[in-house]
Amino acid sequence: MSPKLREQPRDRANGHGSHGSHGGYGGNGDHFGGRGPSGGGALPIPTPKLTFWLFLIMPTLIFSALTSAYVVRMGWGDWQSIPTPWTLWGNTAVLIASSVAIQWAAIRARRQPQEAESALRWLYVAGALGGLFMIGQLTAWIRLWGLGFGLAGNPAAGFFYLITAIHGLHLFGGLVAWLWTERRTRRGADPERSALRIELCAHYWHYLLAVWLVMFGLMEVTS
Amino acid sequence: MDATAHHVADEEMHLHEPQSFWTRWVFSQDHKIIAIQYSITAILVGFIGLALSGIIRLQLGFPGQFEFITPDTYYQAITMHGMIMIVYLLTAILLGGFGNYLIPLMIGARDMAYPFVNMLSYWTYFLSVVVLLASFFVPGGPTGAGWTLYPPQSITAGTPGADWGIILMLVSLVIFIAAATMGSLNYVVTALQMRTKGMTMMRMPLTVWGIFVGAAVALFAFPPLFVGGVMLLLDKVAGTSFFMPTMTQLGQQLDYQGGSPLLWQHLFWYFGHPEVYVVALPAFGIMSDLVSTHARKPIFGYRMMVYAILAIGIISFLVWAHHMFVSGMNPYFGFFFATTTVIIAIPTSLKVYNWVLTLWRGDIRLTTPMLFTIGFVSTFLIGGLTGLWLGNVVVDIPLSDTYFLVAHFHLVMGVSVILAIFGGVYHWFPKMTGRFMNATLGKLHFWVTFVGAYAIFFPMHYMGFMGIPRRYFAFDSMENIPAEAIGLNQFITVAALTVGVAQFVFLGNLVWSVFKGKPASDNPWEATSLEWQTPDTPPVHGNWGPSLPTVHRWAYDYSLPGADRDFVPQTVAPVGVPAGVETHEYYGEEGHHDGENGADASDNGADGRST
Repeated sequence: MSPKLREQPRDRANGHGSHGSHGGYGGNGDHFGGRGPSGGGALPIPTPKLTFWLFLIMPTLIFSALTSAYVVRMGWGDWQSIPTPWTLWGNTAVLIASSVAIQWAAIRARRQPQEAESALRWLYVAGALGGLFMIGQLTAWIRLWGLGFGLAGNPAAGFFYLITAIHGLHLFGGLVAWLWTERRTRRGADPERSALRIELCAHYWHYLLAVWLVMFGLMEVTS
Repeated sequence: MDATAHHVADEEMHLHEPQSFWTRWVFSQDHKIIAIQYSITAILVGFIGLALSGIIRLQLGFPGQFEFITPDTYYQAITMHGMIMIVYLLTAILLGGFGNYLIPLMIGARDMAYPFVNMLSYWTYFLSVVVLLASFFVPGGPTGAGWTLYPPQSITAGTPGADWGIILMLVSLVIFIAAATMGSLNYVVTALQMRTKGMTMMRMPLTVWGIFVGAAVALFAFPPLFVGGVMLLLDKVAGTSFFMPTMTQLGQQLDYQGGSPLLWQHLFWYFGHPEVYVVALPAFGIMSDLVSTHARKPIFGYRMMVYAILAIGIISFLVWAHHMFVSGMNPYFGFFFATTTVIIAIPTSLKVYNWVLTLWRGDIRLTTPMLFTIGFVSTFLIGGLTGLWLGNVVVDIPLSDTYFLVAHFHLVMGVSVILAIFGGVYHWFPKMTGRFMNATLGKLHFWVTFVGAYAIFFPMHYMGFMGIPRRYFAFDSMENIPAEAIGLNQFITVAALTVGVAQFVFLGNLVWSVFKGKPASDNPWEATSLEWQTPDTPPVHGNWGPSLPTVHRWAYDYSLPGADRDFVPQTVAPVGVPAGVETHEYYGEEGHHDGENGADASDNGADGRST
């Protein structure tokens, strides 16, 4: 036998790997006695975290495609830009505040598992601010519509509605996840799992904030 | 030690096995059932695609002889044939069918990382198929815009299905994208996180590598199509002007202004080209494993094969505009994409060399799966070579709108990938059902399909050089169409219909063999990878019985010098390592396992591989 054949199997089930099975949800844990979704050869990162980061590929590609389409379309001569409603500045501030609040909740949940109450309170603040942002976006739409920029005609208006709508839908998805996290936390789920859930919610919030800042910046610069 | 740990952790597994008919067979979360659901749906929808190709060929071979084929029908058949075959058959069966069945079994997992999402993925796919098929029954019929759905014509009156057909097509695509991304995320996470002890990334069989990278490519490729699909849908139903330019129709100015049709082409082909590799990479992987198993040799250059898969996956995102040379572009832009296109030939030809070198001096068993494998290498090579021609702008421009291009893409991603799927079905069918598919019918199916595919597509290269344009309904009034083209078209049609009929032999064989096929043992091909080492055939819920397998080696230990038999399963521990529960069965008691399987090559004529 060559030395290669004598190679011992790697043992990666310890350390972070087993942590991953803790945070597992919706995985094999449901089927096979709560083992959580990771095998003995898993990468040293909790599976839900890995799934979350891989999931972000899709919105990233969606917004990249939108941005590229927007920029490429703008370069073709006959572009007519539209004014961006001033309410967007207020909405941006609300979204930043929401992000700060949910980060605070995540820190609370992680550092003081026994202080779930406090984490929950900040989670409510974040969710409420997220909802407020959505309402703010709607008023921006109404304003722009009132100025006479409908869907038909000017591609710039079309892009504005499309980009804000898709961003809003992603935030709506975030609010669904938020609601689910809130319920699980309130009903006293395992604090470590709760903390991971809130942390992933927070990551998603920051991600959507970053996306919004890029999109808003783009529209502001080109208005 | 590790065996005990696994025991304790897994002992509760049988508690949650689904009991009712609905949770067991319909809304199942078992990856094997979902794989079969995906495969059956994809094969059925594929037969619709096959029937549509019959309509195309009847018109081209015998124009004017069939009353029911109007120009509208013809264009609808072309469009739906392309869309069904590429998206709803190939993508669905390779990722949803093979991916679902093989990833957990080949990496030693009990199921996917997220079984519920997996189930959701199938039923979302099913919904997309229902919406797609519904478009055949709406006023105006399905869209006839060509599978690329180029605006403005795809949503402008005058194109068949420009009212309802296109809307249902786009809605179906958006639903399919949701299904595919749910599935792909699951396959990627599963391959990364669910590997059993000892199954390092570089010990994974190439099938898993191919599906893993194919699914990752899908994650990056589908979102832009989603964006494009939503934008086109808005142009159609909400009156936006993303893709629709200012235009007049029949003297009337349409409401659109200032959109860009080229934008759609970029979004579409940014998806469209990687999509080729979403289906090709899993096919590459399947073929690599089949060629190694049936030639009784380690795959040649395993590491290089893995790197080639990764390289192809990455470069596939840098070549999309070679589909748009005829749309007109900056020459530097064209030069860049021509260069990247030719570069992708390097990892691809590396793979072809490695398949051939694996065959070289191998103990080749000409089983049905092996015939399909060799057929795959042949058609992929021919189709790939014409790809090198078309990758060059100056060659592409005159040939792009002719039958040369039809021949190229059918051979390289139609025929070859379908051959890989057939090979995979014949190969894994004994594991899925515990029975062989009939070998005589299988070989008949192979020869008719393989020879027929060349009979169909080889003449098309020649027709392309004659300048016969593709997409045309009829050539009646064209001066430049020589008489021999008409004869060739008739010949192609006869060949195509024959190949079409042969697929029913496959379907019949498939159904018949489920019930009446010759019984197969656990490991009838004497293969090394994990799926053949399951305690039950077909594997039961949870796959592995009380304890997960432990992997000690790569998946290609065939004809190992000094070994008693010409294959060493991945679960066998190296000499000197105390044998655990898993290793004992295969290594310690050689004869016992062989006896029932007939490991002696001459004695195992189950699939008639003694040829």
